[in-house]
Amino acid sequence: LRRNVEDFTGPRERSDLAFVTFDITADILNEKSGLRTFCNKILMLIFNIFDWNVKQLFLYLSAEYSTKNNALNQVVLWDKIILRGDNPRLFLKDMKSKYFFFDDGNGLKGNRNVTLTLSWNVVPNAGLLPLVTGSGHMSVPFPDTYETTKSY
Amino acid sequence: AMDLFGDLRRMNKRQLYYQVLNFAMIVSSALMIWKGLIVITGSESPIVVVLSGSMEPAFHRGDLLFLTNFHDDPIRAGEIVVFKVEGRDIPIVHRVMKIHEKENGNIKFLTKGDNNEVDDRGLYKEGQNWLEKKDVVGRARGFLPYVGMVTIIMNDYPKFKYALLAVMGAYVLLKRES
Repeated sequence: LRRNVEDFTGPRERSDLAFVTFDITADILNEKSGLRTFCNKILMLIFNIFDWNVKQLFLYLSAEYSTKNNALNQVVLWDKIILRGDNPRLFLKDMKSKYFFFDDGNGLKGNRNVTLTLSWNVVPNAGLLPLVTGSGHMSVPFPDTYETTKSY
Repeated sequence: AMDLFGDLRRMNKRQLYYQVLNFAMIVSSALMIWKGLIVITGSESPIVVVLSGSMEPAFHRGDLLFLTNFHDDPIRAGEIVVFKVEGRDIPIVHRVMKIHEKENGNIKFLTKGDNNEVDDRGLYKEGQNWLEKKDVVGRARGFLPYVGMVTIIMNDYPKFKYALLAVMGAYVLLKRES
């Protein structure tokens, strides 16, 4: 779902604005790729990401794509803070993006290669601050035309 | 306490010069370590203290952050960067929310504090909508809680800073190598 609107928060030209809805199912207790990266860094056998030194996880969904204007664009659409002790199983349905998905220009129209990935920033009680990207990702192809009638 | 002053009087010039040189050596070593850190990390300020609560609950006022600023390190969404707005001296620690990078490596990006409702455009200079690589002091790589509180206290209560320096100076000058 995409519209071309005047972006009042940015430079005063018309830019592509996208609205994305998504479902996230993440079982953080068993996220294997995060587990492996963590193990490599700390050389300890950990059974889940939330070990004794993890204070919180900053989870975010970002869209990555290329346009004529810019070789690489990354936009964070949604984020969530998970504190130690919170329920580690996420099952969010039909979420709307938290932040406006503005492109720098008109590069979203017809863009077939927009990739959504889920990543997280591990915040320890003390120590290193790693940024880990989840192993799954999904491509969202954008339509060739603008949406003029539907409201969001 | 009387012993201390007795010691002072009994010290001859040579011993006094020795103590002063000792003190100077400690100060120089500390400065060299700091400069060395600046070179190794590539950041003009490799250790910063978090000054506000805009990144809670991850970082609180008084936490210490360790930064690197390698030239070839790309800026990516989700990273925590420390930047300075042009013309202001205060380093701000926030997260990168959006990046638009050209093929030649020129990048413009937008930041936001985790604990803030809106992005940082209101903090940037008048008319400025994006940050650039030159505004970045460093990328947060590691962190220690609470340790930076000492700096904040010294800033807010200068008398405490002078008292601390006086005590440290007195200790080093009067300490006798046995």
